[in-house]
Formats: sequence, C-alpha cells, structure tokens
Amino acid sequence: MRLFFIWGYFALTVIAHAKTIVVGAGGTVTKIREGIALASAGDTVLIRAGLYREGNILIKKSIVIRGEGQAVIDGDHKYELFTVHAPGGSISGLTFQNTGIASIEDLAAIKVLESTNLHLYRNTFINCFFGIYLANSSHILIEENQLTSDAAAEHQIGNGIHLWKCHHATLRSNRVHGHRDGIYFEFVTQSLVTENHSEGNMRYGLHFMFSHDDTYHGNTFLNNGAGVAVMYTKGVTMTHNRFVHNWGSSAYGLLLKDIRDSDISHNEFIENSIGIFMEGSSRNQFYQNEFRANGYAIRLQASCDENRFRQNNFRQNTFDIITNGSLVLNSIESNYWDRYEGYDLTRDGVGDIPYRPVSLYGTLIDRMPTAVLLWRSFLVLLLDKAERAAPAITPENLKDTTPAMKPYDLPPKHQ
Amino acid sequence: MSRLLKYVFYDLLRDRFILAYTLFLWVLTSVLFQFDADAGKVILSLMNVVLLVVPLVSIVFSTIHYFNSYEFMELMLVQPIPRKVVFLSQYVGVASSLATAFGVGVGLPVMLFGGGAAGVALLLSGLLLTLVFVSLAFLAAVLTPDKARAIGLALLFWIYFALIYDGLLLWVVYTFSDYPLEKITLVLIAMNPVDLARIILLLQLDISALMGYTGAFYQQFFGSILGLVFSAGVLLIWIALPLFAAYRLFAVKDL
Repeated sequence: MRLFFIWGYFALTVIAHAKTIVVGAGGTVTKIREGIALASAGDTVLIRAGLYREGNILIKKSIVIRGEGQAVIDGDHKYELFTVHAPGGSISGLTFQNTGIASIEDLAAIKVLESTNLHLYRNTFINCFFGIYLANSSHILIEENQLTSDAAAEHQIGNGIHLWKCHHATLRSNRVHGHRDGIYFEFVTQSLVTENHSEGNMRYGLHFMFSHDDTYHGNTFLNNGAGVAVMYTKGVTMTHNRFVHNWGSSAYGLLLKDIRDSDISHNEFIENSIGIFMEGSSRNQFYQNEFRANGYAIRLQASCDENRFRQNNFRQNTFDIITNGSLVLNSIESNYWDRYEGYDLTRDGVGDIPYRPVSLYGTLIDRMPTAVLLWRSFLVLLLDKAERAAPAITPENLKDTTPAMKPYDLPPKHQ
Repeated sequence: MSRLLKYVFYDLLRDRFILAYTLFLWVLTSVLFQFDADAGKVILSLMNVVLLVVPLVSIVFSTIHYFNSYEFMELMLVQPIPRKVVFLSQYVGVASSLATAFGVGVGLPVMLFGGGAAGVALLLSGLLLTLVFVSLAFLAAVLTPDKARAIGLALLFWIYFALIYDGLLLWVVYTFSDYPLEKITLVLIAMNPVDLARIILLLQLDISALMGYTGAFYQQFFGSILGLVFSAGVLLIWIALPLFAAYRLFAVKDL
C-alpha cells in the first residue's frame, strides 16, 4: 500500500512540475489560506514555525502541506481546522490545537471528506474535539500522529481517529490519549490498523461496527474507560495486540458483540476486569492468546456458538471462564490452565482428566455481586471443590478435555 | 504482675508445643517462598494459614494451657495477689508467647524474603487474630467446669467463625440479593474477626476479585483512614470484649 502512495506522489510531482510556496516568516505569504490559494495541484505549501489562527481552511487540491518547526494551527475553541476534499496530497509536521466543541457538528482538526490517496503523518493534535475524521474516503494512510486531550467528561470530547464509510485505510504507529474513543470505525472495510497505542481514553480504546475484513496487528490498548468494544462485524483479524489494565465494573479487555468468522490470536489480555466478553458471536478462532491476572478471563455468553479456543494460556485469573447458561456450543481444547490439578500418567504433556474452567463461586458472584465478600473463605473453597467433583450448577459440558500440563511458550510481544 | 507474667511467659517459651508451632510456621513460610518467586502468591497461600490454622492453634492451645495451669493459679491465689493480676498475667503470657511464635515463624521469613505491604497486612492480621482467639479461649475456659468441655466449646467457636458464620452470611446475601447490601454486610463482616481479617488481606492481595460495585465500595471504605480505624477498632473490640467477659466470670468464679 505504501508503494502505491509513493508512486502516487511521484507521478503527481513529475507531471505538475511542482513548486514550493512558503508560508510564514521569510515566506511569500503570511497566511496558510493565501498559500493554499496560490498553490496548484502537486505543489508544496511549506508552513514555517509560528501560530496560525485562521479559522476553518478548505483544501480542495492535491497538494503537499508540510509544517516546519513549531507550526501551530489554533482553532480558538471555535472552528474546525482543515477540511480536505481532494484526490491526493499529504499533511505532515503540523500541530493542531483547540478546535471548537459542538454537539451537532463533528468539528475536527483534519476532516477528510470524499477523498482518496491522502497521507497524514507526524502531526500533533492537542485538545481537539475530533482529531482526524474521515468520511467516505479510501486509500488514506495515517501514520505516526500524536493525539492528546485533557477533556474532563465524555460528552466534551470526540474520537481521536474517526473513520466513517471508508475502505483501504491504514493506521500505523499513532498514539491517542484522552479522547472519547481512541480509534473509531464505522463501515470501514479492508483496512489495516497496526502498532498504534491507545491509552487513557474516556470510553473505548478501539471501537468499531460494521467494519468487515479489517486487520488489527500489534496495537496496544491500555487503561481505557471501558476497554475495547467491537460489534456487528465479520472477518476481523486481530493478532499480537495487547489489551492491558482496562479496569472497572463495566470495562472489558475486548468486548465482542456479533462478531463472526474472525481470528483472534497471539494477543495478550492482562489485568482487565473481563479479558474477553462475547455475546452473539460465532465461528471465531482464539488461538495462543495469553490471559493473565484478569478478573474473569473470558465471559462466554450462551448465545455464542462454534467458537474455538485452542492453546491459550490462562494464568492468575480470579476466574477463568464464566457463562450464563448450560448450553455449550463452543469448543475449548488444549489450553493451559494454571488451576488445573490433574495428572499426566501417559506423559504426553496432556492432562488425563478434563478441566472445568467454570467455577461455582464465579457463577454465584456473577448472580449476586455482594457474594464477593466470601471470596477465598474456607466455605467457598469447600463449595468449589464439591462442585468441580460433581457439577450441579455449572454447565457439565463446558470443559477442556485435553488440558496442557505446561504453559505454552508464547513469544513476548513488542511494546 | 510483671514477675508473675515473666514466669508464665518463660515457662511457655520452653513449652515444646510452642517451639513446634514456631518451627512449623517457619518451615512452611520459608518453603513457600522458595517454591514460588511471586511474593503475592505466597502471601495468598499464607492467608489460609493465618485464617484457619492460627485461630485453631491459638484457641485450642490457650484452652488447654488454662486448665494445665489451673493448680498454679490456685496456688497463686492463695497468696495475697488479686485475681485480676493472676488472670491478666495468664492471658498476656499465653497471648504474647503465641504472638511471638507467629512473629518469628511467619514474620521473620516474610521480612527476609520481602513481603511488601501485603506482608505487613498479613502479619498484623495474624497477630490480631491470635489475640482474639486467645481471648475467646479464656472465655470458653471460664464458661465450662472441665477441660474436655472447654476444648469442645473452643472448637465450636473456631468452627463457627471459620465456617458456619460464612454459611449464614452467604444465606443472607442470597436471600436479600435484590437489596443493596453493602453497608449491612459491612456490619455483618465486622461480627466475625476472621472475615474481617480476610477482607483486609484480600484488598491488599487479590484486587482482581473485587470488581463490581461491592468490591469498589469495600475498597474505598477499607482504603480510607476511617476504614483503617474501623477495622483496627473492631479487632481490638474482639480482643477486649471476650477477655473482659472472661475476667468478670473469673473474678466471681468458685475456683
């Protein structure tokens, strides 16, 4: 995809015989608006260091806009900053700050409408309502941007990177902090989200709906208000992501609602209230994930079917799996459970008796949260042992018949 | 009193059972620390010892000791020594020797291997539980005429606090699960020193279990200064109240 972009710029620059227009100190013009008016397709607008307060700027040409030094574009808490509607071009090296806040309009620092082949990279966004907002666009590359906000409440802030009805977008190595949703996708298909870092957002680190055939690789979602929630989508690939410390009574490492035919492998779920919460999801593969120190590692609702959990590590979770019915249509096999107390007489690395990951007390606490008070008391220990020996309340068929005796050696992920 | 206390204390320190108890705790703690590098997990295992074994040993040993030193007490009371002095020196002697055993057996290894804040919480709750159950043992001893029945009553106390009470609590929580129970359960928890110690330790160790509203409420309460004062105060009442009742009975008892 990157080659495609490079080729695009190359072609543009050669054909148009590009010139460079300098804005700011020592340049031809003092205002960005004037610089853009002077430029024609393929030209470069170079913005020198300085503070620019020009309200909303409309960009309808395929031009390269580049910031030099501390080029800061300020919206005075009133305006949307750049509105782009172009078949190509790039925006880089700029700092955007203080866009307006509105409850009807989605004011953004960079709003891209019906465009293609744009490259937005190495920009900084400070206290913008929406950071980067894409609608009805394709082949957009968003790289190495930094978005931060210190909004106090969810309704005062928009999403960091917001895509609506796009395809073939690439988000790489962006950092989003303090927005409503870090990354928000709706009707976004065939896109790649990789090596992004979404931390401390008010609601979700990543949130998508109706976004089929997207790939999420090597991202980190840390300490977001409600973790990550993804819905109504098929064909998602999520690999090597980290879902860490999403803590609270309704926070999830990863919430899957109506997700189908997806592959969720090699991820790490660490210190979440619930590692994975899934309902109405079918035919997904969960392979070689690490679940560590979560409240519940997985909450598997009875509305899920044909999901496969294979070769995952479950360690130091308070409860491994919890469910809400006795019907089990999913397969759980060959996982490592640190609570497994069985033996391996055949010495093939597979436990000889099945492991039941649903504990009675986990189920009880789920039904009456106050019962958490008796957690780790002698009585609860006895109840749990009795239930595991002869399941009465927990589903009899929810079990791993081939539990691994040793944890899988899952390679450490990049940060 | 200090002289009498010294006799009781030194006598107990040489007691084979106390030595064995110390050794047991020491070996157990050290082995656990050597087995597992994760201090949090070790403390979690030790929590079961503190919540079950320490109260059991404290209450049974103290009850037996009371009856074994019955003649010694009679002898002392023949002298012009007030009953209060004899009684208190017995209590302080037994309590301090058991507390020393716990402090040496668990405390030293925990400090040695580095237990952190959770380790300190474990030690404090272990020590307080020791004192509580020695108090209860003295109450059981003065309530009954002979050793066998006293041990029976002591064991009943232990089973009640370790097991039966939790069953009742679970029943209450289950029956009234439609109501907001946070504040009521706080009171109910305070009615059982073992549960109170367990909650304090859980807050240090196993935060992931305490999700949800109840967990958050407890975390907020016990995390505050008020919570600290409350839990320490309640445990002190649990030491003082049975001891006081036992003393009142002992003071008027026909020995």
